[in-house]
Formats: sequence, structure tokens, C-alpha cells
Amino acid sequence: MFEEVGTTTEGDIIVNVGPQHPATHGVLHLVITLNGETIKKVEPHLGYIHRSIEKMCESLSYRQFIYVTSRMDYLSSHINNHACALCVEKGLQVEVPPRAQVIRVLMDELTRIASHELWWGAMAMDLGAFTPFFHAFRERESINDIMEETCGARLTMNYMVPGGVMQDLHPNFQKKVKEFMQLYKRKIHEYDELVTGNVIFQNRMKNVGYLSAEDAVSYGCSGPTARGSGVNCDIRKIYPYEIYDKLEFDEVLETGGDSFARYMVRIREMQQSIRIIEQLIDNIPEGDFQAKTKAVLKLPKGEFYTRVETARGELGVYIVSEGGTTPYRIKFRSPGFSNLSVLDHIARGSKLGDLVAMMGTLDLVIPDIDR
Amino acid sequence: MFITKYIKDVYKGVRSLLVGMKRTLYYFTHHKEIITQQYPDNRDTLVLPERFKGEVVMPHNENNEHRCTGCQACELACPNGTIKVIFKNELTPEGKKKKAIDKLVYHLELCTMCNLCVEACPSDAIKMAQTFEHSVFDRNELTKILNNPGSKIMEGVE
Repeated sequence: MFEEVGTTTEGDIIVNVGPQHPATHGVLHLVITLNGETIKKVEPHLGYIHRSIEKMCESLSYRQFIYVTSRMDYLSSHINNHACALCVEKGLQVEVPPRAQVIRVLMDELTRIASHELWWGAMAMDLGAFTPFFHAFRERESINDIMEETCGARLTMNYMVPGGVMQDLHPNFQKKVKEFMQLYKRKIHEYDELVTGNVIFQNRMKNVGYLSAEDAVSYGCSGPTARGSGVNCDIRKIYPYEIYDKLEFDEVLETGGDSFARYMVRIREMQQSIRIIEQLIDNIPEGDFQAKTKAVLKLPKGEFYTRVETARGELGVYIVSEGGTTPYRIKFRSPGFSNLSVLDHIARGSKLGDLVAMMGTLDLVIPDIDR
Repeated sequence: MFITKYIKDVYKGVRSLLVGMKRTLYYFTHHKEIITQQYPDNRDTLVLPERFKGEVVMPHNENNEHRCTGCQACELACPNGTIKVIFKNELTPEGKKKKAIDKLVYHLELCTMCNLCVEACPSDAIKMAQTFEHSVFDRNELTKILNNPGSKIMEGVE
């Protein structure tokens, strides 16, 4: 790998960004070949936070392995747990009670908002604006409080279990979510005042990091990264799971393909999530929050695959079962890995200062890429 | 042409800067909307939700009795080997030998607070406590014995 670095032409400079650089948000190592200030090549080096989660899951039972997946994409841990629970339920042929389905969707959408809030604050901080970070964390904090009350944790929840959810909703849940939505609607204009409408911000985002729809598909991009280029890839729309086919929401699409389009997709997606929560918060059906399952879960022999839409894109869970209590093989198709692979393509030819803006709009979570 | 564009750009830049500064000034003058908590100072009044997963504890009643039967369901449910149940033989009043728990060893340093042991417990012997300040000077202090010394199983719990 490092031999490649040595084969640069004369006049080129190698710059190492990371693995301990604040703008990479984790331990991502980028080896950048520069000609002056123009980027010739970006080479991501991975493996600094590899915990072999897929191998670990092979020794854990179908109830136990779900908690590990909270540590992959820690900003959308609910959705990771959801994907695993869905895959196990597919193997077990368990029908999830309607109340549990609604709770799951509510939690997913709250997580999506929380994740996009953090992305918004962190991205603005990368570009040099520090105030938005605190504004984003204020709204995220109220979501975290809701999660803490119902799930007992703020980041690594382990709330979705095969057959439903672990505990019933807290009595305060509906009241708190309504309070949060009021706060969000009252404060959403601050986002535009502080960041979106800012001229400096727009000049740094527009026509930077252009990704065409063809490239987005061929690199396997998903989520807001691909939707910013106009690719229909929202799993909630094209392969609906749980109750998403009964809900009214729009798939957010932008056609710009640049960093600003990806930014706008996420901002508008938060409003769509609010729309979904508004439809569900007063219509939570009564009933069980967990289907009755056996104490020891055994999946029949075969292969099972499910996919869900996380805050970053498409997460696929693939389980190979040999009929035992533990999976024979588990593979996670994480959205971050494919989204990172496009970085070299979109960064070539642009300036070094723009790289941070591009990385910010790809919304990379490094533990999700490495697993 | 160049001059008008330049002046327009300057106007737009200054305007968007002022819009942002207005928001900052708003919070500078509205202290009530600031939600920052002064954490180490507000320890006495800090209340965590009752479901918060801090650490596993075993509640005892006033007669130093717990509800643990030693069924090892928590030990099996734990993904990390955090809980270990050690048994001893006890004599019942009738003179028969009976298996009872000697120690329920809990490794806080391995625990990920996943709540699976509490869910698995059939007799509600363990629960999650709301403590969260776990730092100690010696790591051996993190290995805890959950049942009190000399404690017995509660009457009627099978």
C-alpha cells in the first residue's frame, strides 16, 4: 500500500489526514496526493477501529448479537437493531404486533432526526462555524432524553428484540415527543439563518464534489448521498418494511449532485421524519409490545436477507443459518463503506480545502465503515 | 459591471453574516432559553429516568433477603460473560442439603448495559440501577459481588 505512495511524479506532495484528525470524525486515514493545492488522488486507509463484529456475532445467540450492532453505526443504533431483528423474524416467521411496529417506526424516525442533527452540527463545525454545533445538540438532546426515558440508554439502545421491542413505551413518551416537535418547528428557521442562507457556506458547498447519478449507482451509494444525485433509492419507499407502505411521506430527491444538494436532502429529510411522527404519535395502537417467542431462538437452515434505510443509506443484514442457536455467518452491508469509496472520485481535481466539505456531506461514521 | 457585482457580493456577505449574528445576539440576551446543565454542581438535584441502565444490582429487603434462586438464566443470557453464579450447599431445617447461591459475581468492566440479563431473570432478582459515575482507581473494584454477605433467599421465591 505504501509502495503506491512512493510512485508519485515529481512535484507531488503526500499529505496524511488522520487517523487522528478532527475533521475525519474518527480514525479514518486519508493519504492524499497533492499537486500544489489540487487533489490528484485520495486513498482511504481503513482498519483502525475494526472490531470484527461479524465474527463476534457468529458466537452469540440470536438474542445476544443485536446489542453488538448498536456499535456499528452508533448514530442510528435503533435502525441497526431494527434490521437485525427483522432478519431474525424473517427466519422465525414471527408476526410482530401492530403496537410494536408503530413503536419501531417512531423510534427509527426519531433516530434519523437525531443523526441528521448531529451531522448538521458537525459538518458546520468542519467548515469553521462552531455555533451551529450547539444549536444542533440542543434539539438532539431532547430526543436523547426521550430515548433515555423509554429505552434506558442514550446511544447504544438495544431496544429492538426479535418479536417486538424490549419494554413498553414510557407513559411520558407521547407528551415528550409532542414537546420536541413544537420545539423543532419553532427552531427550524434558525438552521436557515445560521447556515443554509449564509453566503460563505453556499459558496463552499455549491458546485463542489459533483457526483453524477450514474456514478452514484455504479459505486453503490445509497441514502442521502445518492438521493442528492437524483437516484431513487429510499428503501422505505421501494421495498417497504413494517408499516412504511401505509404512511404518507415523500422521498426527498435533489438533482444537483453537488455537496449542497446532499446537504438539502438531509435538511428536508428531517421534515419528512417529523411528518411521519406526526401521523403516528396519536395513533399508537393498544396491544402487546412483543410477540411471544421461544426462550431459545433457532433459525431454520437457510439464508435470510433484509434491508432497511438508516440515516446514512441502505443497511443489509445477511444471515446464514445451519439450524443451530447461533448464526453460521453474518454479513452486514453497511452504507458508509460504499459512500466512502466515492470520495476519491468526487475529490479529484478539487482543492484540499473542499475535501472537508465533501467528507462532511458524505456523512461518514467510521465504526460503520470498519465494523 | 465588475464594480456592481463586487458591491452586490459584499452586501450579500455582510447581510448573511448579520442574520447569523442576530441569532447569536438573541441567545446572548435570552438566558432562559439556554439549556446547559452545570453537571458536577447539580449532582444533588440530578434525577435520571427510572429505566436508565447504569449497572446491575440485586435489591435486598430489610431482613437481608434477595430473590435470586440461582437458575443461571442471567449467566446464559449475557453476551460477554459478565455474570458468574457460584453455588454452595446449604442445610434446610429438615436436615436436607439444598443448593443455594454463594456469590453472584458481576464484572462491571465487561458489562455493556444491554439489559438482557434483567429481561431473562424469571424471579425479578436483579435490576438496573441509575448510577453512572463508575470510575475507580483500581480495576479490581469493578468486580462486584451482588448479594450481601450473609443474605438468604426470600421465602416463597422458587
